Amino acid sequence: MSVLVNKDTRLVVQGITGSAGSFHTTQCIEYGTNVVAGVTPGKGGQKFQDSVPVFDTVQDAVDKEGANVAAIYVPPPFAADSILEAIDAEIPLVIAITEGIPVRDMAEVKARLASSNTRLIGPNCPGIITPGECKIGIMPGYIHKPGKVGIVSRSGTLTYEAVWQITCAGHGQSTCIGIGGDPINGTSHLDAIKLFNEDPDTEAIILIGEIGGTAEEEAAEFIKDNVDKPCAAFIAGRTAPPGRRMGHAGAIVSGGKGTAEAKVEAMLDAGISVAETPSHMAEALFKVWNP
Amino acid sequence: MNIHEYQAKQLFADAGVAVPNGTVAQSEQEFDQAISALPPGKPIVVKAQIHAGGRGKGTFKDGFQGGVHVVSDGAVAKEKAQAMLGNVLVTKQTGDEGKEVGTVYFTEASDIEKEYYLAVLMDRATSKPVIIASTEGGVDIEEVAESSPDKILKVLVDPALGLRPYQARQIAFGLELSGDSFKQCVKLVTKLYNFFWAKDCSQVEVNPLVTTPAGDVLALDAKVNFDSNALFRHPDVVELRDLTEEDAKEVEASKFDLNYIALDGNVACMVNGAGLAMATMDIIKHYGGSPANFLDVGGGANEEQVENAFRILVSDDAVKAILVNIFGGIMKCDVIATGIVNAARKLDMKVPLVVRLEGTNVEQGKQILADSGLALEPADSLAEAAEKVVKLAAHS
Repeated sequence: MSVLVNKDTRLVVQGITGSAGSFHTTQCIEYGTNVVAGVTPGKGGQKFQDSVPVFDTVQDAVDKEGANVAAIYVPPPFAADSILEAIDAEIPLVIAITEGIPVRDMAEVKARLASSNTRLIGPNCPGIITPGECKIGIMPGYIHKPGKVGIVSRSGTLTYEAVWQITCAGHGQSTCIGIGGDPINGTSHLDAIKLFNEDPDTEAIILIGEIGGTAEEEAAEFIKDNVDKPCAAFIAGRTAPPGRRMGHAGAIVSGGKGTAEAKVEAMLDAGISVAETPSHMAEALFKVWNP
Repeated sequence: MNIHEYQAKQLFADAGVAVPNGTVAQSEQEFDQAISALPPGKPIVVKAQIHAGGRGKGTFKDGFQGGVHVVSDGAVAKEKAQAMLGNVLVTKQTGDEGKEVGTVYFTEASDIEKEYYLAVLMDRATSKPVIIASTEGGVDIEEVAESSPDKILKVLVDPALGLRPYQARQIAFGLELSGDSFKQCVKLVTKLYNFFWAKDCSQVEVNPLVTTPAGDVLALDAKVNFDSNALFRHPDVVELRDLTEEDAKEVEASKFDLNYIALDGNVACMVNGAGLAMATMDIIKHYGGSPANFLDVGGGANEEQVENAFRILVSDDAVKAILVNIFGGIMKCDVIATGIVNAARKLDMKVPLVVRLEGTNVEQGKQILADSGLALEPADSLAEAAEKVVKLAAHS
């Protein structure tokens, strides 16, 4: 078991014929993901890799192939439009990999999401993977192993660190969700924690956060009162200078808000095992989880 | 992206947001013309233009006090401007090194009845633009928010609906304005919000917004930041970028799509991914070192980028050792190892280098490093790499 994606997922890839879209779609197909369609306006009727039908619209992919999850690799100027198209086609789960979408566009998307039944993951994220079943995004598949640890993170490579530490220790992951590094995103830390908490096959949770905003604090607050599963956390950016954006658009301490210290304090207050360094994420989890 | 006050005021004026008349000079020869373009016989405000706050209370490196002066006539304005131009201004926001003043801004001094605060920014918690206003203007708004939160007025705007007239009125009523000032404030708030939205700003701040004894409402100061992700649709804004205000190494790095931020430590680092790059800085600090920079080479860095990244890292004289931390996913370890070896040879690097590779093709990558004959220090885990690099930096 897992959350959000599994072997029944029917994926449509928006931007499948672009360089990023085609490269990563190939990797996902090799991993075993069920890619049922692609969308590139104007290229409807073509086939991707001689097998995956390409459509002009997301609605066509839903009507003809029963797509139920969309992945978006469309370049930043057009990515918000692609998300809106997927929402209008009533795709229940949309994963936006694209980095660099204007914040104003995401504010509009977020307003539209509120009146829909679509869940958005990302943007500016590595994607989501249920090891052994379904990989959607840009993460290296082979570092993962099916197992019981749910991982949620704003950072791609930091997630790989955590995954690899768990895998090297002989355990595996239920699902890993990259929620992305932008200030306005779809699924939050809190949303992901709720999903893991309700998933019977997720036994333990790793939450990876970073400076900026208060999403980690909100998740900690929920964990404190509602989650009995063992949780570990790591927060990046203790040494980041205030007022600077640290690579991710959302990673900024402004007006004394969004500091690593405040987040770590919230985690500790919620009884979460906090890793002192990124090398100790699995170790922090094993302090509270005895598999 | 940040711009200067004089540029922000020009954009405000173009957008219909009322500002005092102003002129700029970027050389001594331009002083007379700039000053004479303002109404004669009236007080003038002379302002040093740098991308940092706290200018009024700042000090120039030669001892001259204050980056903002209100003077009674043109002759004195010229004197003050001469003292500022080419001089280095240190404020609480610039750090000790200060910033050189390349532009002086002259504005008509306004008679002030009362000062207010007004800003528009993107609220992360609600994913909506928020207008913030206060009757306590001209002071540090964060202190006001701390000491008297009831004096802070917030109006959230639905991105799909835009600012509604009643919301602009809420602000003007909240600032306790009436009569003509009320009408002018509603208009100014509306124009300011439209500007914020149309130009993809991340923040627009007016501190202070003022009323004059005649009842006029004016933006006396202007601070504007733009969303870097949206610059592709605003070529006019891109033209306003002042590269002299940015760190030279950061400007150089941006040419190669490298995400670099200069810090004041002596352990440099090169990492793929922003979160891991931050975490690498943290772990350097954890083991007793001090990071010299943040550097994210991205998910698909090529050899040319790696070489340029190294060149920028070693151009910082403070750097005593370098830590390379790569978790190869899409970026394969053998490719990055080849890039590291070639760059190290080409640049004839003298500072010790600790390399930690993990992920796709890691064994081939490690072999390439071992076969290179270069004095590279390999490490298996990030913790081991950080300990090693901190020791090397301390001993070199």
